[in-house]
Amino acid sequence: MSLLDIEDLRVTFATADGDVNAVNGVSFSIDKGETLAIVGESGSGKSQTAFAAMGLLAKNGRAAGVARFDGQDLLSLSQGQLNKIRSKDMAMIFQDPMTSLNPYLRVSEQMAEVLMLHQGISKSAAVTEAVRMLDAVRIPDARARVTMYPHEFSGGMRQRIMIAMSLLCQPRLLIADEPTTALDVTVQAQIMQVLSDIRNDFGTAIILITHDLGIVAGFCDRTLVMYGGQIMEEGPTHDIFASPEHPYTSGLLKAVPRLDREDATLATIAGEPPDMSSLPPGCPFSPRCGQLLDNCEAERPALQAAGDRRRACHLSVQEVA
Amino acid sequence: MSGLLSVRNLSVTFDVRLPGSWPWTPSRKLHAVSEVSFDLQPGECLGIVGESGSGKSTLARAIVGTIPSSGGNIMFEGADLANMDPRQRRVHRRDVQMIFQDPLAALNPRMTVGEIIAEPLITHEPGTPRKEVKTRVGELMERVGLLPNLINRYPHEFSGGQCQRIGIARALILKPKLLICDEPVSALDVSVQAQVINLLMELQRDMGLSMIFIAHDLSVVKHISDRVLVLYLGRVMETAESRKLTTVPEHPYSQALIASVPIPDPVLERARPRPILEGELPSPLAPPSGCVFRTRCPKVQPSCADARPVLEDVGGQHFVACPYHEATQILAANG
Repeated sequence: MSLLDIEDLRVTFATADGDVNAVNGVSFSIDKGETLAIVGESGSGKSQTAFAAMGLLAKNGRAAGVARFDGQDLLSLSQGQLNKIRSKDMAMIFQDPMTSLNPYLRVSEQMAEVLMLHQGISKSAAVTEAVRMLDAVRIPDARARVTMYPHEFSGGMRQRIMIAMSLLCQPRLLIADEPTTALDVTVQAQIMQVLSDIRNDFGTAIILITHDLGIVAGFCDRTLVMYGGQIMEEGPTHDIFASPEHPYTSGLLKAVPRLDREDATLATIAGEPPDMSSLPPGCPFSPRCGQLLDNCEAERPALQAAGDRRRACHLSVQEVA
Repeated sequence: MSGLLSVRNLSVTFDVRLPGSWPWTPSRKLHAVSEVSFDLQPGECLGIVGESGSGKSTLARAIVGTIPSSGGNIMFEGADLANMDPRQRRVHRRDVQMIFQDPLAALNPRMTVGEIIAEPLITHEPGTPRKEVKTRVGELMERVGLLPNLINRYPHEFSGGQCQRIGIARALILKPKLLICDEPVSALDVSVQAQVINLLMELQRDMGLSMIFIAHDLSVVKHISDRVLVLYLGRVMETAESRKLTTVPEHPYSQALIASVPIPDPVLERARPRPILEGELPSPLAPPSGCVFRTRCPKVQPSCADARPVLEDVGGQHFVACPYHEATQILAANG
């Protein structure tokens, strides 16, 4: 049985301009110790999928479908029941570590709070454990710095604190939502190393949500590509990068300038990211697709599995340029 | 050799008051940019890379003139912009234009697209007949990929990529000689980023523009630039032709920077040796003595603390500020 099983997840936001469908029927699963990338541009629904699973949707958001963690449907749980699972079994880290840490509390206070709540241990034991975890994410001189406030740390160090905090109860699943987007490349390399150590040392399953194909290539076992709230393609990372089977994935890979290549001009995907309040009835990528067939605009392609890959496209695999 | 722009020993310092200091304690000097020199030829694109806090944007703003420089020269077509009175400087301002990172924040929300694009023209050429202004705005909108019938819309009605196109049109209406782009694509999605990069490269070629392209994404900078300048804590570490810099960098910092840039190819990426640079940028208020990079440098020697390394010419327009520099291949040169 997989660790997290998401079936036909739909997320809708009620706004003054009508309902916005951010996620439209997404299904995937992740096994113990596995690393899954969810790749997509803004408006692809990648973050909202994770928020829905964690029960963190904004107040006007509704999630439908099934999100089964270890056999338990997360979407039907009350806040109280969710609080027992969050942090203990599954945890999440966010793009901006400063806004996710409480600026009024010392790091020791915020970290101890988690352990005192979930494991009922004394504060001093909790702080000792917090220091051990800060050491694990390689914060230098953690014992002395644990009593500092979040603003006294740099961006990279704050992200390490977030990671340490999320790992306190040794969750089986860590969802990392753009964990390195706000950081410099050298610090990004450090953070990815920390995440990779955690995966190896604790066997934590990781869902990495990102738009950066480079870090996906180096880090994730499987890759899931989203567009317009739907899955376009999914498969082992090596296969997706070597032979993309969806025009969107293929276009995305060609649109990124690469340090190891000389390209005269970049291939582009025409148009703009989708307007989620008015998606086309057919394939969400159809307005920008360069290989449009007659039925693409009217008929939404189903996500079909072949071997260990899945794709949603009317073109045959051979036809994808 | 002077070229279009010739920056010599440019420094920018800020006065900083530390929190909790008394009003009468003297403020500290923060050296955001320190003795930076480079040349830019007509039609050339110079990329500037560095981590946040390396002084890339400050350098750009000092060249445009929105931040006063505190030392050195900015020779633009033989005139020193850095030591010129503001009235004289206005004459040159039209030749140096800038586009910004956050495309929406850079546009006045209460002006229409047409008004935004026309504003520099009306400011610098007040006598231009209204009809001519309108045609020029229309032509330029078409050139940057905006439908001219959107001329009366407001910025909030556009997407990020389109707003950046508006910003580009505004910067180009005066036909400048130098365009400074400060992180122009980092707020955009990958697919839109490629569109804007291609547009900038086309415009540069067609209009014979010189460009200074600032970004933290080395892959983007390398793609668009002829030469790249690597900044660290306000100092130039290395400058070289872009392909040379990315394949055989000489400075330990450039090497570490290039090694940390991920490559979207699982086979290559997982086979790469990854010497991770420890630590973070030191505080610019108390920069390390000697070479500013020595606190993180994998090749540090005791003598690095003594003197600031000079920018050494290693031949072929390649300059390195490290006495222990060594050409090291970080990436296989393919394609």
